Amino acid sequence: MKRSPTFLITVLCFGFAFFYVPILSMIVYSFNNSRLATVWGGFSTKWYVSLLSNDAVINALVLSLKIALISATFATILGTMAGITLARFTKFRGRTLFSGLVVAPLIMPEVITGISMLIFFILMADWIGWPGQRGFTTITLAHITFSMVFVTTIINARMVQSDRAIEEAAMDLGSRPWQVMFDVTLPVISPAIVSGWLLAFTISLDDVVISAFTTGPGSTTLPLLIWSKVKLGVTPDINALATLMVLTVGVGVIAAGVILNRAEKRRLADERLAFRSND
Amino acid sequence: MSEGRFARWFDARGWPLLLIGAPYLWLVVLFLLPFLIVVGMSVATNTATAPPFSFGGEHPWINWDPFTRVVTDGLYLRAFLTSILNAFVAMIFCLLIGYPMALGLTRVSKSWRNILLMLVILPFWTSFLLRVYAWMGLMGKNSWFNGMLTDAWNFLVPLDWAVKSIPMMHTNFAVVLVMVYTYLPFMILPLYASLERLDPNLDEAAMDLGSRPYRVFLDVTLPQSVPGMVAGGMLVFIPAAGELVIPTLVGNASQPMIGKIIQDEFGQARDWPMASAVAVALLILMVVPTMIYSHYQAKAEGSK
Repeated sequence: MKRSPTFLITVLCFGFAFFYVPILSMIVYSFNNSRLATVWGGFSTKWYVSLLSNDAVINALVLSLKIALISATFATILGTMAGITLARFTKFRGRTLFSGLVVAPLIMPEVITGISMLIFFILMADWIGWPGQRGFTTITLAHITFSMVFVTTIINARMVQSDRAIEEAAMDLGSRPWQVMFDVTLPVISPAIVSGWLLAFTISLDDVVISAFTTGPGSTTLPLLIWSKVKLGVTPDINALATLMVLTVGVGVIAAGVILNRAEKRRLADERLAFRSND
Repeated sequence: MSEGRFARWFDARGWPLLLIGAPYLWLVVLFLLPFLIVVGMSVATNTATAPPFSFGGEHPWINWDPFTRVVTDGLYLRAFLTSILNAFVAMIFCLLIGYPMALGLTRVSKSWRNILLMLVILPFWTSFLLRVYAWMGLMGKNSWFNGMLTDAWNFLVPLDWAVKSIPMMHTNFAVVLVMVYTYLPFMILPLYASLERLDPNLDEAAMDLGSRPYRVFLDVTLPQSVPGMVAGGMLVFIPAAGELVIPTLVGNASQPMIGKIIQDEFGQARDWPMASAVAVALLILMVVPTMIYSHYQAKAEGSK
C-alpha cells in the first residue's frame, strides 16, 4: 500500500467527474441566452429574471416549503419517539411488528406507497367523509409517514452508541422517566435530531412520486411543477430553477455539516472533561 | 393521594405507552392499513362503480383473475422482465464503477477522504428529479455531450456507420445510465464501510509471503468485501426495479417498467384490482433481494 494506487486515483477522478459534470453542465446552461436549451447562444441571466417573476413557481415553492416545514417537524417528533422506543424498550408486545413497520417504508417502492395512500384517502373520504379534498393535508400526512422512518433510523443509530449509564444515573438521582428524556436523552442526541429534521425536510421538498398520488386540484408543489414541465423536455428556465435549488441545498448541507460536526466535537470534549474532573 | 397514584401510573405505564403508542399508531393507520387495503384490493373485482371495485354479491369474494393475468399476460411479464433487466444491469455497472471508487477512498489521505466522502453523499441531498433532468440535457440530440460522443463514434467507425447524433434518449440504455448515476452512492457507501474495516496488515502479510498485488486483491481483499458488495447491490437493485421517475423521463415508452404499469392501471385504466395485483407481485419479487440484503447486512455489521 506504500505504492501510489494510480489506477484507483484515476477511477476516482472519472467517478467524481461522472457525479458532477451533469450538474455543472446544467448550471452553465442556465445562463444560456438561447431559447434552445442545449445550444449555447451567449451569456444571459434572463431565465432567472423570468423565473422570479413567475407566480406559479413562487406559489409552488411556498406550498412546498410549508409542507416540508410541517411534515419534517412532525416526522422528527414521531421518528425520534420511535427511535428511542426501538433502542430503549427491548421488550413490549408487538415489538416485532413495530420494528418491521419502521423499516418497510424505506424499501417499499414509492409507487406502491403512493398508490396505497391514494386508495386509502379515497376510501376514507367515501366511508367517513374525510379527507373532503386531497391537497395540502393529504400530501403532508403522506410525507410525515414516509420521512419519519428515516428519522427513526438516524435516531436509533445514535441511541445505540450513546451511553446508557448517564440516563441510569439520572434515574438513580430521582428523575422521573419523562424528565430523564427531556433533560438527558434528548440533549445528548440533539445533533442526530437536527440531522433527522434536515433529512426529513429535504425528502419532503424533493418528493415527486408520493406527492403526485396524494395531491389534489390546485395543490402543486415545486417538484410536481417541475415534473409536469420536465416531461415535455429540457427548458432553460428549469435549468435556472434547478441551479438555484442545487446551490441552495449544497450550501445549506455543507454549512449544516460543518456546524453539526463542531457541535459534536465540543460535546465530546465536554464529556471527556466531565469524566476527567470526576477522577 | 390520587395525584401520586397517577404519577406512579404515568411513570411506569403511561409514559412508555405514549412514547411507543404515538409512532406505532401513526404507522399502523397511515402505512399498514393502506398497504393491507391494497393487498385486499388485489383479489377484488373491477367494476364500473365509484370506487371501481367490489367484493361479493354477483362478484366472487376472492377473484384471482388479476393475479392470473399478471403471470399469463405478456404485457405484465415483459414489464417485469424489463424492470429486472434494467435494475440488474444498473447494479452490475454500479459495482464495476463503485468498487474501485470505494477502494480508492480507503487509500487516500484522511483529510482528502472526508472531503471526497462528502462529495459522494452531497448528491443525495440535491433533488433526485433534477439529477435525472441534468442527464436529459446531456443526452439530447444537440447537446455538447452527445456531440462529443458522436464525433468519437464517427472517428472510430467506418464512414458508412457514421451518424448525425447518437440516439440516447428514450432507450433502456438511458434508463440504465441514469440509474447508475443516481444510485451509485448507495453502492459506494456500504462498500467503503466494509473495505475500510479490513486490516491492512493482512495485505502486507500476503505481500511479504510473495503474492503479487492483483493476487492480494483477489485472495484477500475481494472475498472479505462480499457482504458489502451484496448489501450495496441490493440497495441499488431494490429501488431501481420499482423506479417510476427515470423510465418516465428518459425511458422507452413502448417498453414500460413495472412502476409505470401500476400507475397506468390505476390512473388511466381505472382498474384498481389489477394495479394492486401488479403491486403485490412486485413486492413478492422484492422479498428475495430484501432477505439477501438483510442477511448480508447483518453479516457486514457482525464482522466489525
